[in-house]
Amino acid sequence: MAYAYRSHPWRSCPEAEGRALRHPVLIAGGGPVGLTTALELAAYGIPSVVFEDGDRVSEGSRGLCWAKRSLEILDRHGVAKRLIDKGYTWNTGRLFHGEQEIYHFVLQEQGSHKFPAFVNVQQYYAEEFLVEAVERQPLIDLRWRSKVVDVRPGPDGVVLEVETPHGRYSAEGDWLVAADGTRSAARRALGLDFQGDTYEDCFLIADVKVHASLPKADRRFWFHPSFHAGDTALCHKQADDQWRVDFQLGPEVDREAEKAPEKVIARVRKMLGDHPVSVEWASIYTFQGRRLERFRHGRVLFAGDSAHQVSPFGARGGNSGIQDAENLAWKLAFVIQGKALEDLLDSYDVERGQAAAENIRLTGRSTRFLTPKSPAERIFRDAVLHLAEKHLFARGLVNSGRLSVPTVHEGSPLNTETDFEGGVLPGEPCPNLLMEHGYLLDRLPRDFVGLAFGPAPDLPFPVIAMPMQAASAFAAAPGTFYLLRPDQHVVARWQDPDLKEILAAHARALGG
Amino acid sequence: MALVTTPNLRDPDGFYEALMELHEGLSPEESAALNARLVLLLANHIGDEAVLEEAFRAARRPALVQHSP
Repeated sequence: MAYAYRSHPWRSCPEAEGRALRHPVLIAGGGPVGLTTALELAAYGIPSVVFEDGDRVSEGSRGLCWAKRSLEILDRHGVAKRLIDKGYTWNTGRLFHGEQEIYHFVLQEQGSHKFPAFVNVQQYYAEEFLVEAVERQPLIDLRWRSKVVDVRPGPDGVVLEVETPHGRYSAEGDWLVAADGTRSAARRALGLDFQGDTYEDCFLIADVKVHASLPKADRRFWFHPSFHAGDTALCHKQADDQWRVDFQLGPEVDREAEKAPEKVIARVRKMLGDHPVSVEWASIYTFQGRRLERFRHGRVLFAGDSAHQVSPFGARGGNSGIQDAENLAWKLAFVIQGKALEDLLDSYDVERGQAAAENIRLTGRSTRFLTPKSPAERIFRDAVLHLAEKHLFARGLVNSGRLSVPTVHEGSPLNTETDFEGGVLPGEPCPNLLMEHGYLLDRLPRDFVGLAFGPAPDLPFPVIAMPMQAASAFAAAPGTFYLLRPDQHVVARWQDPDLKEILAAHARALGG
Repeated sequence: MALVTTPNLRDPDGFYEALMELHEGLSPEESAALNARLVLLLANHIGDEAVLEEAFRAARRPALVQHSP
């Protein structure tokens, strides 16, 4: 069964009727990053207008593997459970060399986790669930068939030129979040360039339905697959009993011919068996490892694919975009509400720039392993695969993508370093421990919050009394205190703080 | 620990002979693949990034004497 798209009509708005309004936040792009930004802002009480070019959610599975941290973020909008109910949860990756399984890795140890390491759900479902959450949220005005065609930034605001089926209008806002994807109109309007690498090798990606009962399977990755002449192949199970397949084709291919259903079906039947196959979606892509140098340009903030692009092996595209949204929203909200100075937004550029650099570095290394650039690289890559059959050390060198984990914002200007060994690091998200009254993250407010293992001083933000049973994850002793930001990342921790130290760290985390 | 570049093999001639025998009958491609596996095995055995970097530098240094083509 193919996905049933719902077409969302264009609706008139004050600007289209000649009435000028000034919005606190405009968001270009109604994909996962734009919608998550709007929901996060609304959770802090900030209204926004989202401009989406299309009239429906996106085509093809695209962002497929939703990582634990994304689920934790989306859970606060009621979206995580829907993703899990709809999707295929997996925890194991299997690596093959030819027909031989050389090893498998397990992502998350057994335990009382609220969320799995990954759930596979086609991006159109993620967007559908986000749209439904947005429709329940009166602070968000989601405008379909509204294409941002120009951006005019000013010193204290932004004017957008919006194209609709009923003509153009201008929309004014104090801030613009540009979440308008790889071909960002905002990026073009500001004359900003992507910097980094693009790679030659073409990959075929497709969503297919196999009309046979196949055993369930977690992530499977092949080097030198016996069923495909290319270097690598990847197969994931996804929602609606579909499979997402990925075949490395090489540098020069006839893109149209490769996307033809007969050709895709022939490849899939060699991979998954001689069964009837139907193709839901097929596309050809190449790897990119590119980013904007800076994500903040005055009143314009870039998030997701408009700011950075990585190769898909590792699921670091969509998941890092969701983290961008979370990182940006509280800072923007605090600035708008006068709780922090504008400079706080520079830390968005520092922290998410750090994440993009990390994602580009790690996906670049994976790309190098998947697509060797020289005879020498190929010799070493194949030597690693050969050794990995027998030797544990070589398995650590096999790189089929390093799967997304949240970036630890080590060295962030918002952190305060203290003399503290182990536990959760400054810049790291708080672990979602199961405690007596439920999961810890479910208890965190949309504010700075203290976690106190013992008595705590009176503070201008909430404090949660932590049971000593939770001490080991935090390397805590009686008296230990953690300060968390509104996005659940650790700011600082102390074994025995005084009020002044906590207040100073709080002030620093607000941008000084 | 620094890279050992002073004599460290008990039987240099014996070692050299064994290494040559390892490559006997191999095509240039097979020899290159074998060398790659050897480098990876030995690198993991050494396990010390500083020593490996020193070895990389020593190996990459151009030869002082260029032999005629």
